[in-house]
Amino acid sequence: MSLRSPISSLSPAPELSTHPAVEPAVVLEQLCHWYGTGGNRRQVLQGVDLSIAPGEVVLLTGPSGCGKTTLLTLVGALRQVQQGSVRVLGQELRGSGRAERQRLRRSIGMIFQGHNLLRCLSAEQNVQMGADLLPGLSYRARRAMAREWLRAVGLEDHLNQLPHDLSGGQKQRVAIARALAARPKLLLADEPTAALDSRTGREVVELLRGLARDQGCAVLMVTHDPRILDVADRLVQMEDGRLWEASRPDE
Amino acid sequence: MSGFWQGRRIPLAWLLLTRQPMRLAVALAGISFAGILMFMQLGFRDGLFDASVTIHKLFDADLVLMSPRTMSSIAMAGFPRRRLVQALADPDVAGISPVHWRLILWRNPETRTTRSILALGFEPGDPLFTDPSLAAKTPALRQVGRVLFDERSRPEFGPIASWYRAGKVVETEVAGKRVRVAGLVSLGPSFGADGNMLTSSETFLRLAPDTPSGSIELGLIRLRPGAVPADVSRELSRRLPPDVRVFTKPEFEEFEKNYWRSSTAIGFIFSLGAAMGFVVGCVIVYQILYSDVSDHLPEYATLMAMGYRLPSLLGVVAREGLLLAVLGYVPAWLAGQGLYALVRSGTRLPVEMVTERAVLVFSLILLMCMASAGLAMRKLADADPAEIF
Repeated sequence: MSLRSPISSLSPAPELSTHPAVEPAVVLEQLCHWYGTGGNRRQVLQGVDLSIAPGEVVLLTGPSGCGKTTLLTLVGALRQVQQGSVRVLGQELRGSGRAERQRLRRSIGMIFQGHNLLRCLSAEQNVQMGADLLPGLSYRARRAMAREWLRAVGLEDHLNQLPHDLSGGQKQRVAIARALAARPKLLLADEPTAALDSRTGREVVELLRGLARDQGCAVLMVTHDPRILDVADRLVQMEDGRLWEASRPDE
Repeated sequence: MSGFWQGRRIPLAWLLLTRQPMRLAVALAGISFAGILMFMQLGFRDGLFDASVTIHKLFDADLVLMSPRTMSSIAMAGFPRRRLVQALADPDVAGISPVHWRLILWRNPETRTTRSILALGFEPGDPLFTDPSLAAKTPALRQVGRVLFDERSRPEFGPIASWYRAGKVVETEVAGKRVRVAGLVSLGPSFGADGNMLTSSETFLRLAPDTPSGSIELGLIRLRPGAVPADVSRELSRRLPPDVRVFTKPEFEEFEKNYWRSSTAIGFIFSLGAAMGFVVGCVIVYQILYSDVSDHLPEYATLMAMGYRLPSLLGVVAREGLLLAVLGYVPAWLAGQGLYALVRSGTRLPVEMVTERAVLVFSLILLMCMASAGLAMRKLADADPAEIF
């Protein structure tokens, strides 16, 4: 994989310039972030620019500690923006309040390294916790939706099992179903294959990409796993708080 | 209806609790224990206060006269009997009964030991208690030296009731004078007296010869139908000299209860016991809810990351508290019923599961659980969705 140029000097993705009416799912401009205060203050993001079109699958790689997860939490409206601009699904997050960010998060699906399923809920109920965020649907409809999503990830036979009784790959699939059940327009995933063997990891990521495509949902996935890089429409690499566009491995 | 179904959610609080049966069992045991402790302590307290007026409740009276020097049933002072007769002048007064009241020594005819018994002296023809069965027994008292013995007195007074029923002539010594039991009544021991006996005024004065002549301890006043006791009481207080005090029947009972409440440590001791139960319960519920929140912190953070609002998650903890309160109260109530029955048979204290106390204990358990849930909620503020990636 060869590094081309910093993204800051890159023009927006070609399909965006041809369809200016379509707003990108994510636009980052000169995003900077610091941790700590005073002498311990450390800059983790140094002027990051990035744009993700709706339906686009972007993979973010880089050594650990380079700021990938920080970027993810900022895009995911989980953290206050300090400097620069973050526009997610048309909403500026700079200076946004807690309640605004919490509302926006309902449109953002998140998949974690640890699956973070609720241990006390069955697979179906876990997925329904995602569907429950949709307004104006009856309990029955939300329940049916949860079952449909579990079918879509191939777990229709495991509806009533607790996370405890599921394998790692199955848990991650439940997590995907849960994230998608809220009909997000942006999906953030943090090393979703880290705890999985290569074959299962591959299956999970392909499933994720397929389902996200069907929904027209943009995906930003952080990964260390070189085996799954080919699922991406675009690869970006991060180092020392800066983003670089990387070439796709098959190019 | 559709609104209900739209509002319906997965019962997260219920599942959080029930999917950890051991922790739930410990929590419920703790809450029930606290509840039982409160039921027992408050039950004993109320039972003792109620027991102090076992006899007071029985009197057939709308108003009661007592000496202003009387502080309680165990230290009754006398007042001139004339005052009771003067009360008759009020057109609303229908009848009066003068009553002597004193604790005197009763000798157990079997073991020959003596013990204080409450002796009530009255004119056998006068109404004394509201219980109509007494009227048939009082004529026997017209003979001097005859007494009616309370069969519910504590057993330390001797096997009087069984001997009497067996047809024996039961004679014993009261205040050093020979008396014969001429019948049995059923009154019940009170806080101040372990047993009771009724006798005529004449016999009473022989048993207690130091009683000043014309002095009584209690004056019962019955009113005409339609008269308002509080109004007549005010009128009599105004008219009678200050060497006598007028009480309505409820005031009379309250006066006695108040003595035990204010001049003894009973109320304090048992309330303290109940408070201990409350505090212990608080600690247990707080521990359970706090560790529950701590254990599920990443899950709560995940829910926040998914877009659930903090208040709705606080609601989950609050509902856990509510569920614990309800689930913990049921066994406490049942055990309370059982223990009250045990106390009634063991100590003859009139301890009942009254609605007020059932509601009070439930409110305390609810307060305990909700306060603990409120404290445990502070831990939820630590759930930072930015930390879960």
